[in-house]
Amino acid sequence: MNDISRSIPKLDSVPKAFGNERYVNDIRYENALYAKTLRSPHAKARILRRRYPELPAGYHIIDHTHVPGENVVNIIADDQPVFAADRVTYYQEPILLVIGPDKRVVLKLMKDIHIEYDIEVPQFEWTDSVVHYHFTKGNLAKVKEQADKVIRREYHSGYQEQLYIEPQGMIGYHDGKQVILEGSLQCPYYVKNALIRTLNCADDYVRVRQATVGGAFGGKEEFPSLIACQLAVAIEVIRKPIRLIYEREEDVESTTKRHPSHITMTAYVKDNEILGIQSEVGLDGGANIGLSGVVLSRALIATTGVYTIDHLDVTGDVYRTNTVPNGAFRGFGAPQMLFAVEMFMHHVAAELKVDALAFRQRYLAKQGDHTSTGGTFRDPIIMPEMLSRVLDESDYLNKRERYASPDSHRGIGMSWVLHGCGFTGSGEATHIKARVKLHKRTTDEVEILIAAVDMGQGVKTTMTKLVATILDVPMSQVIYDNPDTNFVPDSGPTVASRTMMIVGGLVARAARRLRDEWNAGEDQWIEERYVQPDYIKWDETTFHGDAYPAYSWGINIVEVEVDPATYEVTVLETWNIYDVGKAIDEQVILGQADGGQLQGLGLGYLEVMNHKQGVIQQRNVTDYIISTSVDTPPMHNYLMDNPYPLGPYGAKGAGELTLVGGAPAVALAIEQAIGKEIHEIPVTPERIMELMNDE
Amino acid sequence: MNDITFELNHEQVTITADPSLRLLDVLRDRLHLTGAKEGCGEGECGACSVLINDQLANSCLVPLANVHKQRVTTIEGIATTKEGKLLQQAYSKEGAVQCGICTPGMMMASYALLKKHPHPTREQIQIGLSGNLCRCTGYNMIFRAIERAAKEGEGTW
Ligand code: FES
Ligand code: FES
Repeated sequence: MNDISRSIPKLDSVPKAFGNERYVNDIRYENALYAKTLRSPHAKARILRRRYPELPAGYHIIDHTHVPGENVVNIIADDQPVFAADRVTYYQEPILLVIGPDKRVVLKLMKDIHIEYDIEVPQFEWTDSVVHYHFTKGNLAKVKEQADKVIRREYHSGYQEQLYIEPQGMIGYHDGKQVILEGSLQCPYYVKNALIRTLNCADDYVRVRQATVGGAFGGKEEFPSLIACQLAVAIEVIRKPIRLIYEREEDVESTTKRHPSHITMTAYVKDNEILGIQSEVGLDGGANIGLSGVVLSRALIATTGVYTIDHLDVTGDVYRTNTVPNGAFRGFGAPQMLFAVEMFMHHVAAELKVDALAFRQRYLAKQGDHTSTGGTFRDPIIMPEMLSRVLDESDYLNKRERYASPDSHRGIGMSWVLHGCGFTGSGEATHIKARVKLHKRTTDEVEILIAAVDMGQGVKTTMTKLVATILDVPMSQVIYDNPDTNFVPDSGPTVASRTMMIVGGLVARAARRLRDEWNAGEDQWIEERYVQPDYIKWDETTFHGDAYPAYSWGINIVEVEVDPATYEVTVLETWNIYDVGKAIDEQVILGQADGGQLQGLGLGYLEVMNHKQGVIQQRNVTDYIISTSVDTPPMHNYLMDNPYPLGPYGAKGAGELTLVGGAPAVALAIEQAIGKEIHEIPVTPERIMELMNDE
Repeated sequence: MNDITFELNHEQVTITADPSLRLLDVLRDRLHLTGAKEGCGEGECGACSVLINDQLANSCLVPLANVHKQRVTTIEGIATTKEGKLLQQAYSKEGAVQCGICTPGMMMASYALLKKHPHPTREQIQIGLSGNLCRCTGYNMIFRAIERAAKEGEGTW
């Protein structure tokens, strides 16, 4: 049998390259109506009165009064209304839809809608904690007494926008039996469940289909449920096909982003040894909680990164502010935390005047060590081999020494990261309960029925390859279509780097069963359900136990040059090595490595987003700057095999791992180039200037 | 309303429309050529790239009036050519396609670049693609696809 990692061309690359693939904005229904969202101009206000204009025939205004079920978008907390009813809590919060055949008429009607507000004082300070977590490991109180030194630093990170190149959107209609929605989304069943609640309808009354997704990165995890609920309400009332597709500015201003963070870390040290660490993590949740609590827990669990520290005290808060709600973005809280801990380990070493590399090696987790939550690293950890390989490839040690002179204006930085694979805690077992199906038709073609979405990360190709390899049939005999909730079971959302390890694991199990039970020419169905390995124990209330079944590991090395006059940063080259268990397709993983890293670097030095009085200041790609082809350095990526026993062919999570180490690696490189400690990302020229002027 | 006549993918077309309409909308909504995508609507992302008289242009910024009596080529027009197929194969082999929303635009930029520089340096490639954003691939695989298409298409460009 061929090595499964050997790359094959992606199955959808031909139609995508030639522009034949159907994204939501390419779907045309006869007489589809145009819908536009009216939004709040205030960060916080009560809605006192509404005056709607006389509507020409065929035009509609759809608002909270039309919602047949609950006026709530089903996420976790019930704090996002489908349409704002009597109050708005952030700038650009949706209030109603104006719908009709002609876009120009719709836009004109928008101007004739008058809403009277009682403006209230918005909250932008991080004081209103709406989620609070605390956990400990060992006994920090005791080691505090033994410490001969206390080292404390504060770290800050800003917003990051997913900036998928395809804005959010959905289109739908009523076929007489069902409300059918097709859209750019990651989680068909999140959307479906939200619709059932908002429409207050039977399970089979709504149908959600995934259109080809033009990038998501977490941005299409929870947000599409909001668009879907609004659109479904409108379709219920109007009974015509309707398109609700965002323009770029609308998308950037009103959709979820990566949480800004403040993280304080305190190390208790004795004889140059860290005895214990206290960390306090704050995230800006924006106006509603959404997924913020889950993001926070992933951040907290990553509090010591790849290091084993015996005594910990960890607290975290999500603060509610009157700003755009923040949510899922590749990495999901881990990038902020790993930035903090990687910088902190260097800053502690510097303050103790010891070599940072040797210092970090002392704490690097080994197989059998206890995780931050008192779980166990069960599987082999091959970071030492990875380290020696990537040090060689990058010539890190020599460069680190050479660039120590401030005149070089160069620096090289290295981050060590891990990423917990799959849902945090017992989520897979208690909340998701994934199911997958394989269907063998009488033609002996095999259909993969899962809810996992291909958003560019290659699910279509890798799942097909997985099944074809196990069944030992040509790829053309295996079929994977964009998920449609009328046909696929709920295998869970396409998030948390769980698709290959968890869903793929189930698919592989089903495929093996099908192989064993194969009856040529017969119609066969195989179903598999997720069962948590019973040695995984997790206590959600105390944060104790195994937070994840497995971990992927990575090392990023980044070399930069900083212009001494303009403080412009150029990333010269990067070297990265990853343990993702086993790549189901090498090129797919290397593609994740390139793309994830560029986003991680962007978070570290390039991508600036902020709000003023709740108004996002960067609204399009003209002012929210992401890397272009010109800023892209050569990136050398290496993969190591370290098969995980429960993953298909040993595969673990990969998608997020490639992002999480970018920011600390580039920040550490800049730190060396400018000879100043860095505590805040992105490290822009303005920030460097401040640091240089601040003697 | 005016009659605007132009050559589209080697065929003559005449459209009766408001001449201030964006070329992108005319292509997508009137002519049902949805290969050009809208990413930003501001001329910054390149997802809507087409060729006008063989020059790369962002169709979201071009009023329909501007293409009167001009030559417009879209990804649909490139797809059937030898060069288009070469590029597509190179993109597939090098893993240069992820979500694919930027890809038609990238293909157009790659085509324009290779027509100008049949043996491009890495730097020429980076500059040639600098008006096209990709959020998925990190660009390196696209660079390699162009290098491959240059090599395998020796003499074609
Ligand atoms: S849509 Fe035209 S350049 Fe972005
Ligand atoms: S492949 Fe997704 S934006 Fe380029």
